[in-house]
Amino acid sequence: MAFEPKIIAFLCNWCAYAGADLAGTSRMQYPPSTRTIRIMCTGRMSPVFILKAFAEGADGVLVAGCHPGDCHYVSGNYGAEKRVKLVSDLLPELGLEKERLMLRWISASEGELFSKTVKEFTEQVRKLGPSPLRKK
Amino acid sequence: MVTKARASKGKGRKKEAAGEKRKAQARKKSPETKAQERPRIGVFVCHCGTNIAGVVDVKEVARYAGEKASDVVYATDSKYMCSEPGQKEIIDAIKEHKLNRIVVAACSPRMHEPTFRRAAQAAGINPYYVDMANIREHCSWVHIQEKEAATEKAKDLVRMSVARARLLEPQEKIKVPVRKSTLVIGGGIAGIQAALDLADMGYKVYLVEKQPTIGGKMAQLDKTFPTMDCAACILTPKMVDASRHENIELITYAEVKNITGYVGNFTVTVTKKPRYVIEDLCTGCMDCAEACPVEVPNEFDQGLGSRKAIYVPFPQAVPLIYTLDEDTCIGCGACKNVCTIEAIDFNQQPQEVTLEVGTIIIATGYQIFDATRKPEYGYGKYENVINGLEFERLINASGPTGGKLLRPSDGKEPRSIAFIQCVGSRDENTNLWCSRVCCMYAIKNARLYKEKHPETEIYIFYIDIRAFGKGYEEFYKIAQEEYGIKFFKGRPSVIYEDPSTARLILNVEDTMLGRKIEVEVDLVVLSVGMEPGQDTETIGKMLGVSRGADGFFLEAHPKLRPVDTLVEGVYLAGTAQGPKDIPDTVAQASGAAARASILMAKGEVEIDPVIAYSEKELCIGCRICERICPASAISMEDRKAVVNEAMCIGCGLCAGGCPTGAMKLRHFKDEQILAQIHAALAED
Repeated sequence: MAFEPKIIAFLCNWCAYAGADLAGTSRMQYPPSTRTIRIMCTGRMSPVFILKAFAEGADGVLVAGCHPGDCHYVSGNYGAEKRVKLVSDLLPELGLEKERLMLRWISASEGELFSKTVKEFTEQVRKLGPSPLRKK
Repeated sequence: MVTKARASKGKGRKKEAAGEKRKAQARKKSPETKAQERPRIGVFVCHCGTNIAGVVDVKEVARYAGEKASDVVYATDSKYMCSEPGQKEIIDAIKEHKLNRIVVAACSPRMHEPTFRRAAQAAGINPYYVDMANIREHCSWVHIQEKEAATEKAKDLVRMSVARARLLEPQEKIKVPVRKSTLVIGGGIAGIQAALDLADMGYKVYLVEKQPTIGGKMAQLDKTFPTMDCAACILTPKMVDASRHENIELITYAEVKNITGYVGNFTVTVTKKPRYVIEDLCTGCMDCAEACPVEVPNEFDQGLGSRKAIYVPFPQAVPLIYTLDEDTCIGCGACKNVCTIEAIDFNQQPQEVTLEVGTIIIATGYQIFDATRKPEYGYGKYENVINGLEFERLINASGPTGGKLLRPSDGKEPRSIAFIQCVGSRDENTNLWCSRVCCMYAIKNARLYKEKHPETEIYIFYIDIRAFGKGYEEFYKIAQEEYGIKFFKGRPSVIYEDPSTARLILNVEDTMLGRKIEVEVDLVVLSVGMEPGQDTETIGKMLGVSRGADGFFLEAHPKLRPVDTLVEGVYLAGTAQGPKDIPDTVAQASGAAARASILMAKGEVEIDPVIAYSEKELCIGCRICERICPASAISMEDRKAVVNEAMCIGCGLCAGGCPTGAMKLRHFKDEQILAQIHAALAED
């Protein structure tokens, strides 16, 4: 059986989560790889969340929020961008590929982009194989 | 504005939460937050008819939750959890099994979280003890062909939700007062209607319009379909009503520059551009315009007529105050010399006005598609190719030609006209959407011209005729059967001009008969569609209101909340939300006014207590949170961070950035999110 990655997806309530809802309403199919955690804003992201996900064996982590300039809370997404970058730079030190972490801007109206993002990211992670930190 | 109720309530909660934290630390990673109350979690899995149950094995998910997820003391599945019997089932189960937390695995929390919170409250538990696992939008609907994998995913989502529910804490909704005043942005028919409705209810309305006059695009139209009312005749009385209403303050020739605050308490900065005419003095006598030597194209006539550098856009403008256009004025002073009441002031400066409002209605309207983006139709290149709005001005009695349609090239009345539909609309290269008005306005204009000149040959080239409104199909039938207007199903590929006659040659495939036809006409009218107005993006960013893929403002729900936005207290009216005709615009504007009035009539609004607080014991005074807070809600007291809860917007940037974990975001605390991450990847 082909390796099915497990991806933790942190989605902001106003844009990416709503975009994922729209993908659902529009029945846009994508692989069942993601496990979503809803946060009000990607600004809530702590580097710890990403590290914890990898430590627990996630094969990939997706962080998705509002497009630059569109943040419901003014500038939360800029904070998320910096923190994701920070963790991304750390990943090789932990023996993980940078490609296991993805940050995307997805608006509430971009259901199609959400679906496409999950498809592409799942494929990207699948190529990397299971996380070396995966349990079992 | 700081509300006392909110601040004091917050303090109480802060103390309580801090106490709990200490207890939790003492117990060392205990999954419980309250020693006295062990979580008793109920899991309710919804079938949503076959929406979920058709893909996800809901019984298996409920069985799994009941057997494998710890602290779950009751798990069940039901056909429609959101229905009355479904909610009753939840309420009964809470009481019967003494549940103190519930997980509803159903649709998106953005849909029904309020429903289940109400049910929880009805059963006597804090509404914030509810968590939802989204197994519909994020699972069954997107994994239709992968039933097993979808069921496994649903189990994981429920397990994550249970892990989060276990750590949830009770919250109190925060009540904030709502000012009984509204800002309406845009003074077209939508803005006018919304303003009038609210003003009639007794609320103060600030109607801000960018142009020197209110009236918007509707003021430019000639007759309106399907009743053939003259647009000005039905609009101008409303414009006058708006200007005279004691509760409406018109702020024209002004733009919204900044908006801060939140539902009930917005602070708006408006910049009034200098008119160089003292508004209180000008009587609209027109002496200045007569004296002005500068003639420039009049925007109101789509540049087809002219105006002076000091002008009113059209005679029925409201307010009837002259405006000196600084870009074209040559500074000769002729106007000042003739103005006997000395209303002209060359030293006027832009003026900033601050408004305090409780609600906001966006009615910024549309702009027409720029037909030069379809070069094959020769707009801007051939004189006798005009757009629909230009046609409106040319047949309008108050237009540049006094209502006589004259060909731009030679000033003669056309003997043949071709209307081309869907210019820029329903087109993959430009805009995909249907603009909803073009079929009807083209038919209306064709009929109007045919009434005056029955001998004229009129062709309408279309893809489909969309005559969906009340009385529209009947209107179209009459055009076909009684007016002899020729309808061809086919879009011309290209238009050429015969340079010797300035007539236009169209090549079209009549797709009904499968034949190619060539038509030569005196005038071509392009039925251009609607696009989001220029200010859509700026206003959207100012308010945090999303726009759809088409660029128009996005409503909170396409069916059930079509005039709300996702930003509480902000509503949409008219074409700012998407193309629509006048009846729909007016209906939506009244809808927006009614929605805004709900909050103002109540006088207060409950907002989510998702706000930050700091735990003094853990704070090291590094000031990172203070620096990154986008709402400037954090300050330092005794070298410890303190959150002003009335100013906190709840983004959680501080919580994510705090190096010691002292900053917490209520309902989205680190331990709650970490528990979800753990549960996503491991069974407990």
